[in-house]
Amino acid sequence: MPTAESFMTALGAVVIAAPLLLAAILGVSSLIDRKLDEPTTTRILQWGTVAGLLAALGTLAGMLWLGTRHVPIELGDWVVIPGQYHFAIKFVFDRLSVPMAILSFLLSGTIGAFAARYMHRDVGFNRFFVLYTIFVLGMVVTSLAGTIETLFAGWELVGLSSALLVAFFQDRQAPARNGLWVWVVYRVSDAALLLAAVAMHHLRGEGDFDKLMGTGLWPEVVPSLFGHQALLVGLLVLVAAAGKSALVPFSGWLPRAMEGPTPSSAVFYGALSVHLGAFLLLRVSPLLDASPTLSVLVAVLGVLTAMYAYLAGSVQTDIKSALSFASLSQVGIIVAEIGCGFRYVALVHMLGHACLRALQFVRAPTLLHDYHTMENAIGGHLPRSGQRWSPSGHPVRDWLYRLALERGYLDAILRDYVAGPFVSVMRRFDAIERRWTDFLAGERSRESEQSGPHFGAIEDYS
Amino acid sequence: MTLLELPWLDASIATTLVGALWVGRVRDPIRAARLGLAFTALAFGGTFLAWLAFYSGADPAAIADASPQVRLFGRRVLALDELSAPLVPAVALLHFLTALATTRTKMRRFSFAWSLTSETIRLAMFSCRASWLLVLLLTLCAIPPYFELRNRGRPTRVYAAHMGLFVALLVLGWAGVEASRGAAPPTWAAVLLMAAILVRCGTVPAHCWATDWFEHASFGVALLFVAPLAGVYAAVRLVLPIAPAWVLQGIGIASLFTAVYAAGMAAIQRDCRRLFANLFLSHASLVLVGLELHTEMSLTGSLCLWFSVILSLGGFGLTIRALEARYGRLPLAGHLGLYEHSPSLAACFLLTGLACVGFPGTLGFISAELVVDSAVEVSPYVGIAVVAAAALNGIAVVRAYLILFAGARHVSSVPLGIVARERLAVLTFSALILGGGLFPQPGVTTRHKAAAAILEERRGLMEGPARPVDSSRDEAPDGREGAESPRPRGGPGPIMHR
Repeated sequence: MPTAESFMTALGAVVIAAPLLLAAILGVSSLIDRKLDEPTTTRILQWGTVAGLLAALGTLAGMLWLGTRHVPIELGDWVVIPGQYHFAIKFVFDRLSVPMAILSFLLSGTIGAFAARYMHRDVGFNRFFVLYTIFVLGMVVTSLAGTIETLFAGWELVGLSSALLVAFFQDRQAPARNGLWVWVVYRVSDAALLLAAVAMHHLRGEGDFDKLMGTGLWPEVVPSLFGHQALLVGLLVLVAAAGKSALVPFSGWLPRAMEGPTPSSAVFYGALSVHLGAFLLLRVSPLLDASPTLSVLVAVLGVLTAMYAYLAGSVQTDIKSALSFASLSQVGIIVAEIGCGFRYVALVHMLGHACLRALQFVRAPTLLHDYHTMENAIGGHLPRSGQRWSPSGHPVRDWLYRLALERGYLDAILRDYVAGPFVSVMRRFDAIERRWTDFLAGERSRESEQSGPHFGAIEDYS
Repeated sequence: MTLLELPWLDASIATTLVGALWVGRVRDPIRAARLGLAFTALAFGGTFLAWLAFYSGADPAAIADASPQVRLFGRRVLALDELSAPLVPAVALLHFLTALATTRTKMRRFSFAWSLTSETIRLAMFSCRASWLLVLLLTLCAIPPYFELRNRGRPTRVYAAHMGLFVALLVLGWAGVEASRGAAPPTWAAVLLMAAILVRCGTVPAHCWATDWFEHASFGVALLFVAPLAGVYAAVRLVLPIAPAWVLQGIGIASLFTAVYAAGMAAIQRDCRRLFANLFLSHASLVLVGLELHTEMSLTGSLCLWFSVILSLGGFGLTIRALEARYGRLPLAGHLGLYEHSPSLAACFLLTGLACVGFPGTLGFISAELVVDSAVEVSPYVGIAVVAAAALNGIAVVRAYLILFAGARHVSSVPLGIVARERLAVLTFSALILGGGLFPQPGVTTRHKAAAAILEERRGLMEGPARPVDSSRDEAPDGREGAESPRPRGGPGPIMHR
């Protein structure tokens, strides 16, 4: 006779297994070059997301019915070195993870259905959905992760799929360059999260959030790290969250990410991925309770990001960039709410904002059509809302205008003061290496500098 | 006697040796390629059975009795143990898949005879324990690449200078160790051995031979020479058991710097081969960092990373080689947009490249986790450096992917897709990378046993009344026997307290 507990565990397993199977089916078929046709791909995506969503809703219903707020699903130790190391795979269904998982399935399924039409007969249809399912898997794993290591695995899957989808239209340079930019920022974010994970592991000896964060149920957790320890780990987590959610100073990647197809922009940068940093801060919120300094930093960073996004968004001239900054301003406010201790407010804000922004993004390509429909309906022009912001001759206002137009110079600062010097220094070392090998060889030692790909006359390379 | 109690390791080494002699006499490149492939396949089959025998509990005494080594050399000098059991078939597999993925356009340039000769030396080397024979095999291993460069009319001086230095340091260092029987090795011997390892692993500033080697050698030969990380094997067998802590720390500091430096260099390279060479340098150094920490966990992580690097760097290299077979040298200065014609190669490039840097779901993930975890335990700065190296390597791989496969439109009227043999090779690597990534426990368990055996040996040698750097170690008939052989035992010595 199955107990309620075993029933909940089975439902939880379906929540995890559905996106895993999705990614495995589409990924393996693509890898062995047996690509599925469009209807099959769409159907598999629908089944997978609906199964996951129903199971997540069932879990929520079960939790409400049983009055439980915490359902752990432990799949055991994935890797164990007796007495020294263990990597447990554990998922947790609680008040934070269940809404996020439901949101992930809901929006992924909806936008997936939209994308099936939007990407119809696109040469990269299959590639899009392979990356899309990896993203869904990453989101679900991150949302439900019960250990920091599991969260990190999901976090990386989200990062890779995001960067590759930014570079989706790969016959142009701009998407490839922007995809690389996004990937670089994500790698910084991943490195910070990995260090935070390892630091937490060593401070507490466990990777479980229950043991890392303290006792109690989210969000009323009694913290187990205090003072400098909480501040140190919290700062690393804050860097990771800032990278993933495009908080200042990493905000420059968000408008760049709009190079990707509209469905991925909608679900990634309007709805789910951009909120992942805020979700991480909510997950480790006991650290904020333990360190007032950290809370203040989080709140300040959130406010700064919101102000920056408002300024930059005010001067955007294309709909996707404007939406991305509008999205960022709300993310900034959500982060500020987390810093101020309003956990439920932040969670509800995040869920509502994700749904609204996803809708706005998928409507963006048909904005003019929508306006025409409305104008036809009312029989005249739509009233202008707001004022255009333009230079006025006032020095402060003009400076702010330039600042907004240049997106706060954030990209330029990162490029000129971080990436540029790094590349320059490494190239100098490379030149020294070449001189050294030339000297040892007694002749020019780098034939790669004289050779290139031998695209034939029958091939066209542009 | 069962099938598994036959001397499969000896048979594999003999097969490659016979193959080298046979293929060397064949003038037709197509026939030579077919024969070469057959011999590498037989060798892999033999090493696989030897591996199976080792882990399935086949009687080591029966294998030793059936082995011709005692009759030939008077004792058994080549055998599998916990460390080498998976490495030997991995090296044989790398050779087999490289031969399999050699397209017709490359058959004239890729010498199967030299490849089989090198495989013979490598299989023998990876099944040999610390001794003069291992020093000899390490020396021999450095010779075929020299002839590869000379036969291709490429500059040899950079390679010859570094490998000459390596051999000189190795021989002098080991002579010093052997001369001090029963006592701690003299400082100069340890320093010379350390320097030899650093040169062979391409540690800064003695790293330029690796990039130069990739510049001038054919890619397949270059890949086979570096991917097994022979320098790391020398470090584990020759240095780790006897070196004092400060020597290991010296190796560790130099390796740590190299790991970050080479990762940074990989991220800015303008040539795909040089990117690969720098990735190799960074990963070889990361493996050495884990070895240097010489805790059970770090050593386990390091050995896991080593195995992962052989497979993932091997797969990554074969993918680049397949691309080169179609497009020639691949510059990373401007976007090439090759995806449309080679989608499978693009997927394999990304998969194997990300496996190198420890992406979740791949073989390298747990290895990277273990190495980072143990590095942070020793020092947060070491941990930060290891994480920085991994991050930079990840950037380098995706940057190369985007430059090679995206950002431009490349139209061709001839098919440039992957052929069946190449597909089989890269899919085998992919399957191993993903399979090992999803089910890592068996691999971690065997590497943990190997790590425990190495540390046990080190403890015994550092604390024992007399260091058995003698022929008894040469005679170690089998890893399991070696692990159980009567050696001085004891708790952690002073060098373990860091």
